[in-house]
Amino acid sequence: MNRSNVLWLSGVWKSFGSDFTIADFELSLEYGEFITLLGPSGCGKTTILRLIAGFEKPDKGAIYLDGVDIVHLPPEKRLVNTVFQSYALFPHMTVFDNVAYGLKVRKIPPNEVKRLVDQALEQTKLTPFVNRKPSQLSGGQQQRVALARAIVNQPRVLLLDEPLSALDARLRSDMQLELKRLQRELNLTTILVTHEQDEALSLSDRVVVMDQGKIAQIGTPRQIYEEPLDLYVARFIGEINLLPARIEKRIDKEKLEIRLFEHSLILTSDLDAAPGSKVQILLRPEDLRISEDIKEDMPRLPGTIMERSYRGATLDTTIHLDHGPIVQACEFFDEDDPDFDYSIGERVEVSWVRGWEVLLRDEE
Amino acid sequence: MSGWLLLFGGFPLLLLLFTSFLKQHPEKFFELSLSVESYAQLINPDYLLVFLRSTLLAGITTFVCLIVGYPFAWLTCRMPSRYRLLILIMIMIPFWTNSLIRTYAVRIIIGAKGIVNKLLLASGIIESPIRLMYTDTAVLLGLVYLMLPFMILPLYANIEKLDYRLVEASRDLGAGPYNTFRSVILPLTMPGIVAGCIMVFVPTMGLFYVASLLGGAKKLLIGNLIQHQFLVSHNWPLGSAMSTTLIGILVVMLLLYRVVLHQSDTAADRL
Repeated sequence: MNRSNVLWLSGVWKSFGSDFTIADFELSLEYGEFITLLGPSGCGKTTILRLIAGFEKPDKGAIYLDGVDIVHLPPEKRLVNTVFQSYALFPHMTVFDNVAYGLKVRKIPPNEVKRLVDQALEQTKLTPFVNRKPSQLSGGQQQRVALARAIVNQPRVLLLDEPLSALDARLRSDMQLELKRLQRELNLTTILVTHEQDEALSLSDRVVVMDQGKIAQIGTPRQIYEEPLDLYVARFIGEINLLPARIEKRIDKEKLEIRLFEHSLILTSDLDAAPGSKVQILLRPEDLRISEDIKEDMPRLPGTIMERSYRGATLDTTIHLDHGPIVQACEFFDEDDPDFDYSIGERVEVSWVRGWEVLLRDEE
Repeated sequence: MSGWLLLFGGFPLLLLLFTSFLKQHPEKFFELSLSVESYAQLINPDYLLVFLRSTLLAGITTFVCLIVGYPFAWLTCRMPSRYRLLILIMIMIPFWTNSLIRTYAVRIIIGAKGIVNKLLLASGIIESPIRLMYTDTAVLLGLVYLMLPFMILPLYANIEKLDYRLVEASRDLGAGPYNTFRSVILPLTMPGIVAGCIMVFVPTMGLFYVASLLGGAKKLLIGNLIQHQFLVSHNWPLGSAMSTTLIGILVVMLLLYRVVLHQSDTAADRL
C-alpha cells in the first residue's frame, strides 16, 4: 500500500451503535482497476462506499484520494461519483439536465457542457432519449442515465452501489458487458458493491469478500473461486460440496495425510492444522467425477443418484453418498457418448480429480 | 359524504349567492326583489383599499408562515421517527381548540402584563413593558400563530415524500447545500409550498376577529367589512355580494394555479 494509489482506505473504523463495526479496513486501488466489494446485505459493503463518497464519516482512519486525505471534505468536494442503487435520477429534469447537472454546478461553459453531455449520452446509447424525463424511461435506460450522469464528470473513482440489482436477468447481463466495456474504454477506477457473485467474478480485476465489516478475502476472481481462504468465502462463491475429513499427519512441507471415511489419502496442502483436527474437503461440482470417469487412484465413494437435470451443455446430478453427505456434480457432455445419462436411483461411485480439492479448516 | 357537503356547504353558498342579488331594506335584512345594486356598490375606492390591505396582510402572513414553516417541516422530517410523531402531535393539538379562544390566549401572552413582557423585563432587555397589543405586529403574530399548522402540514407531507437520495445524488455530483436546495429540493417540494400557501392565504383573507381582538379594529379588513354588513349595518345583500366576490376571486386564483400546474405537467409529458 502506498500513497501513489488512486484510492487508499487506511485503517478505517466505523460503527453504528452495536449493530456492526467496520474495523481497521484496508483497501487500495490502482488507476483503472475494477474492484468489487462482495458480501451479503449488512456486511458493510455499502457503508464503505458511503465513506468514500462522503455521506458517512469514519470514526478513525484516513481515506486518501490521489494521496490527499479526503475524510474532512463534504461529498461535493470529492472527485468521486456514485451510481445509486435506486438510480436517484432527478425526476423533474430531462435526461440531458440530469447528465449535465454535475458539469453545470461546476460552472463549465454551456457549449462545453453540451459537448460533454452529448458524448456521455452517445457512450451510453441514450442520444434518442435526451429530452425525456426519467419517468418515461425503462429500468435499463434509467440505469444508463445514472451511469452517464456519473461518468460525464470524469471521476477519479466511480462508485457503483448494486447498480444492476433492479434489472431482470437478461438486461443485467447486457448491462454487465456494457459496464465493463465503458470502464475499460474510459479507464475508470471503479468500485462495485454487489451481493451477486457472478457479477463480481465476471466484472472485476479483484474481489473483496466481506463478512460483518471485515475483509474475509481479497484476490482475483480466480483466486477467490479456486483457493477460498475459509468456508465463509467458499460458501459465498459458487456451488460447493464439503466432505468431512480428519488430519492424520503432516508428511512434509506440502503434503498432508488425511482420513476421509475409511480411506486414507495424501493431499497437497499447506494448511496449518494439528493431527487429529477436523477439516473439510471443498470440491466444486465440476471437480467431481462419477463411476467410469474416475481415471485416477482416488477414493471411490459409493452413492445413489437422487436427481438429474439436463442443462444443455452440462448434466447436473445430485448424489446421496452412502457415508451421508449429499453432493452436486456437474459434468460436461462428451461427444463420444451421446447417450450419457443417469437414471434416478442408479448406484454410482464418486471421486474427484486429484489436486482440484481445497482443504479448509472445519470451523463449525 | 357528498350529500352532507351539499347540505352544509353548497346550500348555504347558494343562499349567499341568492341574497347578494337582493335589494337592501332599511328595517328588514333584505327586500325580496332582484337587483345588482349591491355589486354596483362594491365599485368603491374605499372597498378596493380594504381589499388590497387584506390581501397584503394575508400575503405577509403566508410569507412569514412559509419562512418559519419550511425549515420547521424540513427539520421535523429529518428527525428520528418517534420525535417526528411527537412534534406532529404538538402541532395538531392546538387545532382541536377553537381559534377564537386561541386568539384570546395570544392577547394574554402579549399583553402589558403578559409572559412576553415579564420575560423581557426579568432578563433586563427592556426597562418598561413594550406595547404589543393593538399593533400591526400583534395582528401578524396572531395570524401566523393560527395559520402556521396549515403551512407546516402540507409541507411536511411533501418533504417526507422527497427521496433523500436525490439530495445525496446532488451533493455527490458536486452541488453544495445552496445549489442542492435551489435545483433539487425547492422544485420537488413546490407542490407542498403552493398547497401550504393556499391553505394559509385563503382563510387568512376572511379572518376578521384576529384583527379586531389583537389590532383593535383600527384598520378595516375585508372580513371586518363583511361582518359589519351582516351584524351592524344589517345590509345582508351587500355583505353577501362582498362574500361572493371574495369567494369568486379566490376560486379564480385556485383555478389559475391548477392551470399552471397542469400546463407544466403536460409540457413534461409532451417531451
